[in-house]
Amino acid sequence: MELLIRVLTGGAIISVFALAGDVLKPKSFAGLFAAAPSVALASLALTIVNDGAAFAAVEARSMVVGALGFFVYARCCVDLMGTRHQSAMSATLCALPVWAAVSFTLWALLLR
Amino acid sequence: MRITGLGRGVLYVVGATVAMIKMPVRLKFSALRDVTLHDYVSRFALGGAITVLAGMIARYFGPVAGGVFLAFPAIFPASATLIEKHQRPKKQRAGIAFTLRGRLAAAIDARGATLGSIALVLFALVCWQGLPRHRPVGVLGIALALWLALATTLWRLRQWHGLIRARHRRTPSR
Repeated sequence: MELLIRVLTGGAIISVFALAGDVLKPKSFAGLFAAAPSVALASLALTIVNDGAAFAAVEARSMVVGALGFFVYARCCVDLMGTRHQSAMSATLCALPVWAAVSFTLWALLLR
Repeated sequence: MRITGLGRGVLYVVGATVAMIKMPVRLKFSALRDVTLHDYVSRFALGGAITVLAGMIARYFGPVAGGVFLAFPAIFPASATLIEKHQRPKKQRAGIAFTLRGRLAAAIDARGATLGSIALVLFALVCWQGLPRHRPVGVLGIALALWLALATTLWRLRQWHGLIRARHRRTPSR
């Protein structure tokens, strides 16, 4: 049951932010919503209900390094699509290991 | 939730800055016609899956490891691919078989995401510091408002910076 609630809550919140990105113009402004805290909102809300605010605060602290990883990932995507003219799918998927590498290196150095 | 001192000051400054800026942002609901049912379903499923994954990692490996996935770029690959895909038929109808326009449009979207991710750091910091001390609903609401305010301010600052650079390029040197 908890799994179903997670799927529905996460799916709904992420869809709302994606919809905002679809209807907002110009494109550079809509791009802000690609980095919206959609997963975080859904997950933190459910964690607060199930495990308490202190548990969620620890998750939020780790989220800081994930967000820094997202910044480097998005910069890589700008370069791959804008300068090297790679397709959106290959650029965004190929750059995912960059997010993981930056996030988990910072995590290991600062939080572990 | 009661916000005092520095927190209230920061809120006022950010709110006032955003309110003062004349926003050249508009809503284009006709863009929804380009989004197919498949796009909606895939984004919903992807969102649900990553929320479940983040929860499971936090449960089995602890919140310190699971928290990293709260900033996972979940919808970005799907939205960038969608932007590129929608530019292609427009150009093909105009008789242009291959165009880089879709990739460049997706790159502009990614440039926006870099600013959004800086604001995401602020969102996480506010939640980290605020959740143990204040009412969780209020903290999440304020963190979301601050994310939007900072992302919008950064975006607007870059627009100004771009305009100033373009003006300098146009002005001949004396």
